[in-house]
Amino acid sequence: MEITTRSLWTLIHGMGFGALYLLAGSGALIELQYRFRPDNANSARALSRFFSWYLAAMAALAWLTVLTGTYLIYPWYRTPPPAGTANLAAYPRAFLLAHPSTSAWHSIGMEWKEHVAWLVPISITMAAAVVIRHRDQMMRSASLRLTLQIFIVLSLVAAGIAGFFGAMLDKAAPIGGGTPIQIVKENTK
Amino acid sequence: MSNAPSANAERPELLPNGSAAAAVLSAGIGSLALALINAIADRTAAFKLLLTFSKPVGPLSGVTTIAVVFWIAAWIFLDLLWKRRELPLSRIGWGAIALFVLSLLLTFPPLADLF
Repeated sequence: MEITTRSLWTLIHGMGFGALYLLAGSGALIELQYRFRPDNANSARALSRFFSWYLAAMAALAWLTVLTGTYLIYPWYRTPPPAGTANLAAYPRAFLLAHPSTSAWHSIGMEWKEHVAWLVPISITMAAAVVIRHRDQMMRSASLRLTLQIFIVLSLVAAGIAGFFGAMLDKAAPIGGGTPIQIVKENTK
Repeated sequence: MSNAPSANAERPELLPNGSAAAAVLSAGIGSLALALINAIADRTAAFKLLLTFSKPVGPLSGVTTIAVVFWIAAWIFLDLLWKRRELPLSRIGWGAIALFVLSLLLTFPPLADLF
C-alpha cells in the first residue's frame, strides 16, 4: 500500500486543513450564540481567551488551506501536457477539458472553487480579529454578534463549496505523480 | 479621603465601536474586490496576463494577492478613519454581509458570465 507525495499533499490540504475548518465552524457558532451575551458575562470573560485562540486557529487553518491549494496543488492540476500527449491522466485540467462529459467540472467546479475558497480566510480572520480586539463590543452589541455569526455561516458555505468541488474533482481527475511513499509493505509469497 | 475604588476604576472604559465596524466592512470590501478583479481579468486578456505573478499558478496568484492587499488596505484606512467614532453597527454589518453574498455569487462562473 503506497501513496504519492502529491496525493499526500492533496489529502493534507482537503482532509486535513479544509475538513478541520468545517468541523471547527459549528463550535464557533455555538460559542458565539451562548457565551457572548450580557447575561452570561462571567462565562464569556472566562472563555473569551480560549475562543480567541479557537478563532485564530480557524483562521490559520483557512490560510493553510488556500495557500497549499493555490501554490502547491493547483500548479500540479493545471500543468499543460506536452504537445502530442495521448494519455492525459497525469494532467487533470487537460483531461477534464478533453471530454464533454467532464469539462464542466473544470469550467464551473474548479473555476468557482479556486476563487470562492479565498473568501474563507478573509471572513474568518475578520471574525478572529473582532473577538480578540473588541471583546467588550461583543458583549454589548447583539448586532455585532449576529454579523459575526452570519459571516461564519457564510464562510462555512464558501468552504463547503470549495470542499465539495475539491472532492469531486479529485474523483474525476485525481492529482497523481510525485514520489511514492510506502505505507504498508505487502507480503508477496 | 476614601480608599474605596471608584466605579469607573473597576469598570474598564468601553471603546468606540468604529474599529470593529472597520474590520467588518473591510471583509465585505475585500471579498468583493476578489470577485470583481477576477471578473475583469476574465474579460481582459492583457489584465489577465499582468496578474500572472507566479507562472505555475497563473492569474489566480495576482487576483488573490491584489484582493488581499486591497482588503488589508481598506481595513487600515477605515480603522484610522473610524477608530474614535461610534457607528451604526447593524447597518454596517448588513452592508458587509450583502457585499460578501454578492462576492459569493459573482465568483460562480455562470453568473459572472452574465455581466
